[in-house]
Amino acid sequence: MTTDIPAVECEELTYRFGDHRAVDGVSLRVVPGEIFGLLGPNGAGKTTTIRVITTLLPLQGGQARVFGVDVDRRKMEVRRLMGYVPQQLSANGALTGRENVSLFARLFDVPRRERRDRVAESLRAMGLEDDADRITSAYSGGMVRRLELAQALVNRPRLLILDEPTIGLDPIARSGVWDRINELRETTGMTVLVTTHSMDEADAMCDRVALMHLGTLRAIGTPAELKAALGGDATLEDVFRHHAADALDNSLPQGGFSEVRTTRRTAGRVG
Amino acid sequence: MKYAPLAVPQGASADTGLFPVRRPPAWRQYPSRVAALCLVELQKMRRDRTELLTRAIQPALWLIIFGETFSRIRAIPTGSVPYLDFLAPGILAQSALFIAIFYGIQIIWERDAGVLTKLLVTPTPRSALVTGKAFAAGVRALTQAVVVLLLAALLGVAMTGNPLKLAGVAIVLLLSAAFFSCLSMTIAGLVLTRDRLMGIGQAITMPLFFGSNALYPVALMPAWLQVISHANPLSYEVDALRGLLIGTPAHLALDFTVLIVSVVLGVTAASALLGRLAR
Repeated sequence: MTTDIPAVECEELTYRFGDHRAVDGVSLRVVPGEIFGLLGPNGAGKTTTIRVITTLLPLQGGQARVFGVDVDRRKMEVRRLMGYVPQQLSANGALTGRENVSLFARLFDVPRRERRDRVAESLRAMGLEDDADRITSAYSGGMVRRLELAQALVNRPRLLILDEPTIGLDPIARSGVWDRINELRETTGMTVLVTTHSMDEADAMCDRVALMHLGTLRAIGTPAELKAALGGDATLEDVFRHHAADALDNSLPQGGFSEVRTTRRTAGRVG
Repeated sequence: MKYAPLAVPQGASADTGLFPVRRPPAWRQYPSRVAALCLVELQKMRRDRTELLTRAIQPALWLIIFGETFSRIRAIPTGSVPYLDFLAPGILAQSALFIAIFYGIQIIWERDAGVLTKLLVTPTPRSALVTGKAFAAGVRALTQAVVVLLLAALLGVAMTGNPLKLAGVAIVLLLSAAFFSCLSMTIAGLVLTRDRLMGIGQAITMPLFFGSNALYPVALMPAWLQVISHANPLSYEVDALRGLLIGTPAHLALDFTVLIVSVVLGVTAASALLGRLAR
């Protein structure tokens, strides 16, 4: 049965950069069909965890599987199962939206006779059909993000991995991106693994969340469970502060701002 | 329905507990990735025709000023072949070299912009990605070569009209641009920044060019430079181009062998270092 195999399964996942343990023994399971949020302050190890799952970084310690497929030994199969949208807003600005999506259709071996329709379908699902033949350097940040989703979807992945999908976007573009993600989940049953800083978004959109801090998992559950555990009328923001309090005091001098600034800058530098 | 259901069948296969994933045979990946990335290169070039013209200025100066002058003073003995005819294949090779040797900048840009990350998460082996990029550089070099060839024809260079030989010229240019762009991507994987790659690219272009037979016959060089010239893939490229275009005696079998082996080595080196750009 489908539900027996987790969409993502990590066991004691560990990753070091030199002496620094970026991910330190993370174990988690993402159930097929859910929107799973990985939360945590900057430097918590969210992106590193995702980069191991997406095969971008080699597996150093522990295990990770996507729908039962080992990310270390069967990289190509894992890649065929998922769509990935990295944190940085990026598109090839010299190409049109349609050309950008077409490239990914080819790289994912979408059969030639289906390619045109699948590209159009992805663009339509992301509300980009009217702008498909414009050069993407003229796209707004929200449009580039939806284009990236279209690129990730053209393969019809079973698992969609989104790293800070709404960072650097204005509130309208944010809700636009989340609306599309929700629509997709409803129509396809796709599993979504998402990292975010935004507790409001996580509370509203995620079925379950995991809180990461300094490379380890501090809490995991539905937003309601985590809030209830803290008692009273706690918000997810309070849960976040409770589990990562020391990080909020210390993280800024280590480049908390610069990370956001880099993303903002690249948002304006597509092409 | 706004979006079609998943193409991959729901449910695991009984024996492995894994989802069957439709996959074309591995051998087809290389040509399909190369085709996809060459197509992107063509799409980009279609919108930037000015580059084709600005890049034609330098070879034009070499042919018109250097070529015409040295033809007149007869300083370089080229036997029965006029010097301008001798020079034209060398300049053709040079224009391809200039495009290819800075191609690694594109991969660094793609890394910085986050595009490379997304390419690396597609089911594309790193060597297929590098091969695709290398031949995309070749496609760009070929369009430039057409401009240089037209220019040479205008200046009265007597070139072959044999379509087979012209196809040979195209293949030599493709292979050479592929090799030099792999060299560039290898350096990109080592230095990781655009500025350093620009510096190194500029530092090696002229030695490669002057240390080859592009401007003068190898026999004229001092012995030590002859040794360097024999280790320089550009010399084999020019030898083949000259033989095919102008009809001078050439060692085509050796030239093609050297170029093909260089491309294989270049792809291997560049793909081994691509991971450094991915971190």
